[in-house]
Amino acid sequence: MIVIPIKEEVDIVRVRTVVRSMARDIGFGLVDQTRISTAVSELARNAFLYAGEGEAHIEELTNPHKGIRITFIDHGPGIEDIELAMKDGWSSSGNMGKGLPGSKRLSDYMEISSKPAQGTTVIIEKWLSV
Amino acid sequence: MRRTTRDSIIPILKLGEFLLVSIQIDLHDRMAEQLQQDILERISQTQARGVLIDISALEMVDSFIGRILADTARMAATLDAEIVIVGMHPAVAITLVELGFPLGDVKTALNLDEGYTLLEELLKEREMGARIQQEEESTEESNDSDSD
Repeated sequence: MIVIPIKEEVDIVRVRTVVRSMARDIGFGLVDQTRISTAVSELARNAFLYAGEGEAHIEELTNPHKGIRITFIDHGPGIEDIELAMKDGWSSSGNMGKGLPGSKRLSDYMEISSKPAQGTTVIIEKWLSV
Repeated sequence: MRRTTRDSIIPILKLGEFLLVSIQIDLHDRMAEQLQQDILERISQTQARGVLIDISALEMVDSFIGRILADTARMAATLDAEIVIVGMHPAVAITLVELGFPLGDVKTALNLDEGYTLLEELLKEREMGARIQQEEESTEESNDSDSD
């Protein structure tokens, strides 16, 4: 597992670069590499914008799905209403609200857990189709 | 091809009455914002009438970069310049639409050659539009003076 701290804007680029190269090594095609690196770019930016900082944990999946999992952990203000945050076009920071719903569409699995004032954890996975 | 000292890492080249910007590195957010500002300043300095932005080296365009590109095109329009984005990878186009961020009314072309032709056509159309409008206005004026 690779852990990348997200503390500055350049770290968003680092996360998507590392994820892309791991996705390529795992065997994802060009479009899936692009989907997953775009999704993590959105999520890394969310952590940076809303929480000020966070971490991305990147790991390879083998069972039951071969693929990649990225976990974003931050200790920011948390998301009050996850359902609302998942709606297209909604955003509390005014950045057009594509982050969460868009990232979900680009991945095969997404899980969000959040507690107000404690932080947010977002897990996304992309699976290699067999 | 003069460059000012304030230019960011991404060179903005002058090509006749157009500008050419080729993004060769993965942009972090502030660099993208800086590039937007630089492009607009160069348009105003050089009175360029069109800008070609080559993104063929970009492996992904997320909602932030997408918004910067779309905003830059709108801002350039207010400076009377057209922007054409060229060279977007098919994988990037697919991802942008799935993300929910189609570039909308931003003009795009497959490559530099086609982008250049498109810019020339857009400017020609605009000139014709302006001429027709002028003619209409002058006819209206002469009609007005006839009725006096």
